[in-house]
Amino acid sequence: MSTMLSIKDLRAYYGQVQALHGLTLSINEGAVTTLLGANGAGKTTTIRAVCNMVRSTGSIEFQGKSLIGKSTESIVQYGIAHVPQGRGTFTTLSVEENLQLGAITRKDKKAIGEDIEKMYAYFPVLKQRYQQQAGTLSGGEQQMLAVARALMLRPRLMLLDEPSFGLAPLVVRDLFGILKKINLEDKVTILVVEQNAQLALELAETAFVIETGRIVMSGNAKEIASNEDIRKSYLGY
Amino acid sequence: MELFVNQVLAGISTGAIYACMALAVVMIYQAIDHLNFAQGEMAMFSTFIAFQLMQWGVPYWWTFPLTLIISFAGGVAIERALFKPLGNAPVLVHVAGFIALFAIINSVAGLTWDWTIKQFPTPFGNAPFLGSQLISTHQAGMIGITFLLLVLLFIFFRFTRVGLAMRAAAALPESAKLVGINVSWMIALGWGMASGIGAIAGILIAPVVFLEPNMMGGVLVYGFASAVLGGLSSPFGAVMGGFLVGVFENLVGTYIPGVGNELKLPIALALIVTVLVLKPGGLFGRVAQQRV
Repeated sequence: MSTMLSIKDLRAYYGQVQALHGLTLSINEGAVTTLLGANGAGKTTTIRAVCNMVRSTGSIEFQGKSLIGKSTESIVQYGIAHVPQGRGTFTTLSVEENLQLGAITRKDKKAIGEDIEKMYAYFPVLKQRYQQQAGTLSGGEQQMLAVARALMLRPRLMLLDEPSFGLAPLVVRDLFGILKKINLEDKVTILVVEQNAQLALELAETAFVIETGRIVMSGNAKEIASNEDIRKSYLGY
Repeated sequence: MELFVNQVLAGISTGAIYACMALAVVMIYQAIDHLNFAQGEMAMFSTFIAFQLMQWGVPYWWTFPLTLIISFAGGVAIERALFKPLGNAPVLVHVAGFIALFAIINSVAGLTWDWTIKQFPTPFGNAPFLGSQLISTHQAGMIGITFLLLVLLFIFFRFTRVGLAMRAAAALPESAKLVGINVSWMIALGWGMASGIGAIAGILIAPVVFLEPNMMGGVLVYGFASAVLGGLSSPFGAVMGGFLVGVFENLVGTYIPGVGNELKLPIALALIVTVLVLKPGGLFGRVAQQRV
């Protein structure tokens, strides 16, 4: 498997505060990778740095091309879809408009229409509500909309920031099932940031554990899940 | 009864002025999420550009598109030069910028074309419209163009990709960037379009109120009021708001004893405040629905 995303010695700053202290990780093409860690460890900052949404230094390469210094909107053009924390739903627009926005950089009008139908097949509840203002959807429905919006890009790499946040356990199960399916059928490489370590380790093949802005542990997800010491000291379950 | 009909018609014809300006107000609100206090002055300046072109002998039907293009470019340039550098500064900083822009444009226009009032031609003529003394052909033409603009804006925002991208960029800039929209240029485009619509408003209003650097002062207040009354998120609401304010103001002046011409304005504005207390999104505005 070849490396799709390679991050080396990444340092990120919020004003004077340094949030990442030389973080290094790499993601294989076609894999599901998870980034775990406590509140404030730097998980969100890491994937925000990939899309150049925080000030950062170091090296971020996507399929050999450097992303450092590129604007957020141009990074999307490489096929990197980012589902942000809080879902980033366009609440005043309709569900279908939200989906169209996901494909706003694409020119193939006909295929966009087919992809919208495909999203409705993945998430039937969105079809029922396609004309509704997206802000009226429940939290779980909005998370599905956010994933569907990201898929409308036909991404190569999908970054998900705490998709389980605020959702009922059953809804989370559903959502993670769909993510797995997307990974297998649509060959989308996935990086998922999670606080819900147990679930994320079931979904992912590889895991990285982050603490105060550094990677402190990485390896096979199954092994990390079965290692009681790691679980107790870093993942808290 | 005849008095009533006449006053309504007269109200509609002044309302057309407010409606036209309100459209420009809504346009900029869609793009930058706040009001631009210099909007009226930008429209006035565009009208002076049209005036100058005609002075140089450019025929009216060439002046019109030329002024539009110049105003569009001017709007984009103002955004790039003044407001892009302000970036994420607090709203009050932007407000200070708008006020500065207001004063600068007003003075430059005064210095360039002096402060005397000037006649401005109308392409529609000033004959009575369909035999009515209360609406002239110019005012009828103005109502027509306002509605045409409204339809074009509706089609643009509802059915084009750029329109959708603009709405997304205004609603949630960060998310818009994450789907690949160049938010910064969408804002500039919004400025250009608002400036262009302002130019149309100015060119249509000038034959009625006469051209001078302060011609937009009152009109902009009414334009704001109309847009707020109809709903800042709705171009249709803004136009309806314009006509409603025009008609209401006239009826109040006619029928409520002691109001007359002097008190029309405060009473019309009091109505607007009342409506907004009851319906904060405006009469036609979409209130953002959100589940909590």
